[in-house]
Amino acid sequence: MTDKKEMPAELKQSLKAEFSKEWRKELRKSIPVKERMKIARQKMSERNPEERNQDFNEVNLGLDAKAAIKEAQRCLDCANPQCVMGCPVGIDIPSFIKWIEIGDFVKSIRKMKETNSLPAICGRVCPQETQCEAVCTTKKATGIPVAIGNLERFIADYERENGKMFIPDIPPPTGRKVAILGAGPAGLTVAGDLAKQGHQITIFEALHVAGGVLVYGIPEFRLPKKTLQAEVEYLERLGVEIKTNFVVGFTATLDDLKKEGYDAFFVGTGAGLPNFMRIPGESLIGIYSANEYLTRVNLMKAYEFPEYDTPVYLGKNAVVLGGGNVAMDSVRIAKRLGAESSTIVYRRSRVEMPARVEEVHHAEEEGIKFHFLTAPTKFIGDEKGQVKAMECIQMELGEPDSSGRRRPVPIEGSEFIMEVDLVVVAIGNSPNPLIPQTTPQLKVGKWGNVEVDWDTMATSMKGVYAGGDIIRGGATVILAMGDARIAAAEMDKYLKSLKSKTQKTKKTNNKK
Amino acid sequence: MAKILRRERLVPNIHLLEVHAPEVAKKCKPGQFVIIMPDEKGERIPLTIADWDIKKGSITTAFMIVGTSTHKLSLLNAGDEVPVFVGPLGMPSKIEQYGTVVCAGGCFGIAAIYPIARALKKAGNKVITLLDVKANFLLYWEDKLKEVSDQFFVSARDSYYDCKDYIPKALKNIIKKESEINRVISIGCTYLMYTCSEATKTSGVKTMVSLNPIMVDGTGMCGACRVTVDGKTKFACVDGPDFDGHLVDWEELFTRRKAYFEDEVQSLCYWERNQFP
Repeated sequence: MTDKKEMPAELKQSLKAEFSKEWRKELRKSIPVKERMKIARQKMSERNPEERNQDFNEVNLGLDAKAAIKEAQRCLDCANPQCVMGCPVGIDIPSFIKWIEIGDFVKSIRKMKETNSLPAICGRVCPQETQCEAVCTTKKATGIPVAIGNLERFIADYERENGKMFIPDIPPPTGRKVAILGAGPAGLTVAGDLAKQGHQITIFEALHVAGGVLVYGIPEFRLPKKTLQAEVEYLERLGVEIKTNFVVGFTATLDDLKKEGYDAFFVGTGAGLPNFMRIPGESLIGIYSANEYLTRVNLMKAYEFPEYDTPVYLGKNAVVLGGGNVAMDSVRIAKRLGAESSTIVYRRSRVEMPARVEEVHHAEEEGIKFHFLTAPTKFIGDEKGQVKAMECIQMELGEPDSSGRRRPVPIEGSEFIMEVDLVVVAIGNSPNPLIPQTTPQLKVGKWGNVEVDWDTMATSMKGVYAGGDIIRGGATVILAMGDARIAAAEMDKYLKSLKSKTQKTKKTNNKK
Repeated sequence: MAKILRRERLVPNIHLLEVHAPEVAKKCKPGQFVIIMPDEKGERIPLTIADWDIKKGSITTAFMIVGTSTHKLSLLNAGDEVPVFVGPLGMPSKIEQYGTVVCAGGCFGIAAIYPIARALKKAGNKVITLLDVKANFLLYWEDKLKEVSDQFFVSARDSYYDCKDYIPKALKNIIKKESEINRVISIGCTYLMYTCSEATKTSGVKTMVSLNPIMVDGTGMCGACRVTVDGKTKFACVDGPDFDGHLVDWEELFTRRKAYFEDEVQSLCYWERNQFP
């Protein structure tokens, strides 16, 4: 999110109010700016690559309190904190960091939770280097930004591990019912925001556990399930009801739920069918979509097969096609499952890869190989229908395309064969088709995405809002959460604008 | 959690499972399926819905014991619970007034084809039911199916029934005998559906099959169930499960269904060792 937007007046005011508080003034004076700039960025400890690429335990170990305070001192508490604008959900970053600096981690996490209900997740999976940290004033001054993401993770973990989970006061029930379709990052965010306003929230989730991509997509070694579980439990303690094994569209349609008395809806049904390369041989055994590969491993725990019943194909020469976070997760899983070589094949060059820098870095440390400027042209199978090789062609970069990245162009005659026995296609997915298919009134774009007014996240149906991959195709967790925060604010306004239920009944009584 | 109301052996290796799932019962239509997971460590497996009862709030399915998850299901009893029972999934079968329709089922497909035959009959079709079993003692739901059929045939390899031919030959004979067959619907193992589709190719009778590729999420997310139909990639869980049998790439389906054969054996051995130490 680097597009320049004007900071909303309300946010500007609240930041200024915090900035002008006495304790903040004193804290700024306590260490001179020059001294702050001299402090080195605190390194988060992580497990040894040789050890961690053998198991599914978390790679990063987090900061300790001492390092967190030191890192917080690097924040200059500047008058014009661009980091807040760099954050899709608009967290008051300087405030939560300054509470860390004085060692009051509880106040810090409460400040955080005013805007972000899922900090333990964001601290782990947001691409901070292109968001908050990209525009950090300390970065402008020293070249190295404050480790905002690591600090966010630190306070979230501190709260959870020390049993200090704080449940805010919830206003009296408004009597309004909200149905949220999909318990992924967008749905969970809307649930948190609206529950805090006193609305009655039910999340409908198709799978048997809440979390969406956070549970089926992101592996244990990057986001432990117990961390996610704690964030989900927090929402349940806010009064949110989660109905798993319920596929809106099939088990009940959006219209059915409307008849049951839900006043507003949020569609956060996320990723749909995976994109394939559409090249010969793609149905051979051993070729997976990233969605399937990740679901088997993360959701169904195929890495513990046969203790768990769901198997996954183990390759000796694993290849993952794509350059995003999903590709990095897949290739690192293949390595952990015992692949002798585990390789990323990407049709552009390193700089165009959309993955988080940290993930690429971790992948390299773990022995992942990278083949840039390479694209597959066909898959070759053996007599059992199992993939055994992949024909590739070399690419060069031409003119920039609509995404602003230079377009890869095949170099004629550069074809070569790679030996592979496991392929994961991680080139994105289209939005989930179920809600559009079963809700004909809902306006849908040409990619099957639900269309919204981007200022309010309102769809073409009154009282129905949407966000995340269902409107964007394949995007990130934090963008989904950003959509969700806008939607939640608008849904709250909408719900409060509805005539009260007693008024409604009066009206019908009069008619009689 | 969904409660098991009834689990009984229909015939050797094929079991009936009735599960309390009022929301699914309220919504389901012939041809749809559910995804079930026998326990927290099990696989998510698709089962075609064989019957439902809105009043009781129940869904009935039939399944054949093949791998670990179906073995686990076969040991459940009334009162037990399963962590996943979700549906109704997939597009319902198209029920119209076609004229004369042959419903050809075998194995678990005998149960699965029942609601389709019933709906077709109700829609004013002449329903000819043709069931395939290896031997007479493997036949079940005979009365139920007779009730919704105008004609009823069984092909079995023993001498109990008149017809000893494997189902495609029996199907060809029916087509020859009848003045006009407007549609064939076939449900059962992949081989049965494939041979039925082959049998109707020359006569050109439209033949719908209910495909059973391996699935994981079953809701249009993972792409495991991709099949090639008329040269295009289709996803059985959201585009199907019903497809035109004459357009299906059967060879690919056969291969993909066998993808985990060795793992299935390993899983079953592991489970059995723990189950019967």
